[in-house]
Amino acid sequence: MVSGSTTGDDGSKPAGTQTSAEPETAAGAAALGSAWPLWEVFVRSSRGLSHVHAGSLHAPDAQMAVRNARDLYTRRNEGVSLWVVPASAIVASDPDAKGQFFESPQGKDYRHATYYTKSEGVKHL
Amino acid sequence: MSSDSATRITPGNALRPEDIVAAGNKAPADVAEYALRLGDDSLILAQRLGWWISRAPELEEDVALGNIALDLLGHARSFLSYAGSASSRTEDDLAYWRREGEFRSAHLFEQPNGDFGRTIARQLVVSFYQYELYTALMSSTDSTLAAIAAKAVKEVDYHRDHSAQWVLRLAGGTEESRRRITRALELTWPYAGELFEDDELAVSLAAAGAAVLPSSLRERFDAGVGAVLSEAELEVPQVPAAPGGGRRGRHSEHLGYLLAEMQVLAREHPGASW
Repeated sequence: MVSGSTTGDDGSKPAGTQTSAEPETAAGAAALGSAWPLWEVFVRSSRGLSHVHAGSLHAPDAQMAVRNARDLYTRRNEGVSLWVVPASAIVASDPDAKGQFFESPQGKDYRHATYYTKSEGVKHL
Repeated sequence: MSSDSATRITPGNALRPEDIVAAGNKAPADVAEYALRLGDDSLILAQRLGWWISRAPELEEDVALGNIALDLLGHARSFLSYAGSASSRTEDDLAYWRREGEFRSAHLFEQPNGDFGRTIARQLVVSFYQYELYTALMSSTDSTLAAIAAKAVKEVDYHRDHSAQWVLRLAGGTEESRRRITRALELTWPYAGELFEDDELAVSLAAAGAAVLPSSLRERFDAGVGAVLSEAELEVPQVPAAPGGGRRGRHSEHLGYLLAEMQVLAREHPGASW
């Protein structure tokens, strides 16, 4: 539908028509989508599997976040369980510290079981 | 398909409009008229709700309302496919090629979207009504109506939750949001009465066990909606009922504009497909 013929009869305008670039009030900020906090969504695709990070969304509170997650991430039968976590509650590793965090195991083959040769006479290995 | 993907996609299996056509059950004339009422209710509201896409307060809510609209469109397609079987017409024949006076939807469904509060107030009434309706219709002696209702009731249950959650938040949000939802309920309530009006068709079909007597749903509807309003600390509006007539094809000035928009493409380009 393209015309505005079905617009409300009480003179109210939908949020998207707001033209002010700088929201001056909390309500203005909400209308421009910066007031609802961000949530990370985890979907369990079937019984026995882990929840896997699927994406993120905005929602005013936890209950609405679960519902929004259902609408956004399980529309095509993707899941049997959902978790939502406030994005602010996630503590992440520092992308600039990749070296000290993740390169240390490289070259340390002895940390893999396959590094070791099987001793003679050991069964069931 | 990779088992560790969070976006595994499976179609699942559920009753589709195509299955109803393929089954080839021909609806008796009176059942067809009843199915037309239920189908038109959902079709008109689906068209109304589609307007919100790109206009809701947040992208997430665009999708929520869009999902609900698509659920309703699915129910409409099933009911209209079955209704059309009585007169060898397709769901598209019924949706695109009937005139305003041939639509059987109640006035509530064609009410303007208004602001977000009015849309939510309308959703509250519709979803609680449809939930009770489809719950009862699952026991219909008409197996096609019962099957459509059984699929629809789960979706409508979610619509009920969506509208209730928003009523609570608008009522408990800011002074302005509370003022708006209060006003919205007052504007919506007059149209609730028509949903529960019995007429000759409903009475005879209900007596035969095929349909649900509309007036029999009122008590459970009042209890369900009353519980939400009470939790939101809102009053059930005390307002006079609006005159109905939708079931007889008498509509408000709003329906004509809605149909013009909904039908224009099919009428400008008959038989077009994409």
